[in-house]
Amino acid sequence: MKPTNLLHTSTFRFAVIYMTVFALSVCGVLAFLYWNTVAVIDTQGDDTIEAEIIGLAEQYKARDLAGLAEVIRTRSAGDSGRRNLYLLTTPFYTPLSGNLTQWPEEAQGDPRWIDFRFGQANHPGARPQIARARTFLLPGGYHLLVGRDLTERTVFRKNITETLVWALLMTVLLGLGGGFLLSRNFLRRIDAIGDSSRAILHGDLSQRMPLTGSDDEFDRLSDNLNEMLDQIERLMDGMRGVADNIAHDLRSPISRLRGRLEMTLRTTPDLVRYRETLEKTIEETDGILETFNSLLAIALAESGALKDGFETLDLGALARDAAELYDAAAEQRGQRLTTKIAEKCSVRGDRNLLSQAISNLLDNAMTHTPDNGAIVIAVAQGADGPELTVADNGLGIPESDRERVLQRFARLDGSRSTPGSGLGLSQVAATARLHEAALRLSDNRPGLRVSLVFQRATDS
Amino acid sequence: MRILLIEDDREAAGFLTKGLQEAGYVVDHAASGPDGLHLATTESYAAMIVDRMLPGVDGLDLIGLLRKEDIDTPVLILSAMDKVTDRVEGLRAGGDDYLTKPYAFSELQARLEALVRRGQAAPLADTHLRVGGLEMNLLTRQVTRDGRPIDLLPREFQILEFLMRHSGQVVTRTMLLETVWNYHFDPKTGVIDVQISRLRQKLDKDFDQPLLHTVRGAGYCLREAD
Repeated sequence: MKPTNLLHTSTFRFAVIYMTVFALSVCGVLAFLYWNTVAVIDTQGDDTIEAEIIGLAEQYKARDLAGLAEVIRTRSAGDSGRRNLYLLTTPFYTPLSGNLTQWPEEAQGDPRWIDFRFGQANHPGARPQIARARTFLLPGGYHLLVGRDLTERTVFRKNITETLVWALLMTVLLGLGGGFLLSRNFLRRIDAIGDSSRAILHGDLSQRMPLTGSDDEFDRLSDNLNEMLDQIERLMDGMRGVADNIAHDLRSPISRLRGRLEMTLRTTPDLVRYRETLEKTIEETDGILETFNSLLAIALAESGALKDGFETLDLGALARDAAELYDAAAEQRGQRLTTKIAEKCSVRGDRNLLSQAISNLLDNAMTHTPDNGAIVIAVAQGADGPELTVADNGLGIPESDRERVLQRFARLDGSRSTPGSGLGLSQVAATARLHEAALRLSDNRPGLRVSLVFQRATDS
Repeated sequence: MRILLIEDDREAAGFLTKGLQEAGYVVDHAASGPDGLHLATTESYAAMIVDRMLPGVDGLDLIGLLRKEDIDTPVLILSAMDKVTDRVEGLRAGGDDYLTKPYAFSELQARLEALVRRGQAAPLADTHLRVGGLEMNLLTRQVTRDGRPIDLLPREFQILEFLMRHSGQVVTRTMLLETVWNYHFDPKTGVIDVQISRLRQKLDKDFDQPLLHTVRGAGYCLREAD
């Protein structure tokens, strides 16, 4: 993957946005810290100056100018850190005492608060430092300056600015780097999925989305896609199978039909024979149509298009309807068809498809149960939901074949001679899938027991 | 009896016309919606057969127009669309019966017959039905033949009621499945036959003259002995 593409990923964009927001908040926090601290330092400085002034004023009151000069001299000498600044000058700004070498130019004029720069007396070459002071005009034209060195504030400002620059630099570097790594990681996962889907698109339906085993959102996405692919593959296989089976199951009766018509045409004209052939032809056409209709019913169930029209149905009533349709046929073969129907088992579904599925189950049971056999159709409220069961005491289906009989046209070897299109159970299976019902085939010892376990109907 | 056939498939229309004429109907054929609408509004018919998919028009719209004009000739809809919802749609649009392709001609004939008779028949509110010596009381749900009671299962009663209401007409298997079971699919051709033969046992066993007849290749008919 080209790196230019990496910068165009949404992950990278998110990372950049996130980084910007983060950098802005770093700036905000530092600015807040700076302004607050500076304000505190300033107030403290001013307070100190005020306190000094009060002290000096008392000295001045008590001991006059000479006393003031004396105090200033001691204080200037005592303050080795040179935090407090003092200067007493003549009316012509000639210094009398104090630790400033000269009266600052900014301080000339009316007495007030001033900010100014001053050179250090003992380090003449050093950079001038910033200070803040209050000036006074004393009686007799003498000038007094009481101030405080602001180097502390300057240092603090410098530190904060440096911190800010470094913090921003780190944020941007880490943000971009992280975004880059993150994007590359995401892109790699997305690309893997993209590659697989392209392979599938080009016809390799056996391909699956890669899983990392971390069960993260990508794995979950891949899982879902894989499930979808399984379903598609199943359907495709089904279609392929159907195409093959249609070719077989429809082609042979149609060619038989054609053969018979052709042979009849070639014989000497005989009305009775013609008639017989035509009747057989109609019969055969009906058989073909029946197969065709079953295929359509299965296709319809599998398309899922009927789901919108689902209604709440009484499963017991459906079972009873079907039982009352088949009872005469069972009676005729000497089979006992009994119903065990619990009331109020409702399911959401398509009436027609469900009725057809139940009919198919009964039909199957009757076909594969010997005369004098017993068939039970039961509806009950099971542990998982409403359950419809058709059980017989006939031949049953060997466990190994149970999966196979649900496929279209599957006919077990032993049943080749019995009539049927082989579509009955696959229609039941398709209907079960459409209704999200579980289709269970089990041993009835002897015989087969087929159960449809439905979802509990949520609305009544 | 005059029938209007609106069907654009020439070949299908040809064999339908021929078959219906042989069955004693007079058939007018229209190959398009507008032609059909014109004939339906200017002439008088006992029933109409309307193909649902006409070039340029939905057969259902055509029926809607007719019903708006207060023409309530019974209509049999022919359609290749066989979902239950399609059928419901057809009946809601004003159709009286719905037959899906491919169909057996005998099925179409039986349904057409039922439609034509319905147009003339006595109201359904009768509480008594009678065919020859067979009597059905719809209130007490008792059935007797020549005064001897006949015991029927609920479904058999429903089958017999339908047959009696259409006595003299051919009733097909699918008609019974639709009206008695509300099944719009064909389970197995055999099951209805067995139901009918059990019913026949109960109706005709002790009598010389059978009432319930099988019409080969078409269905059943309940009628008085000639």
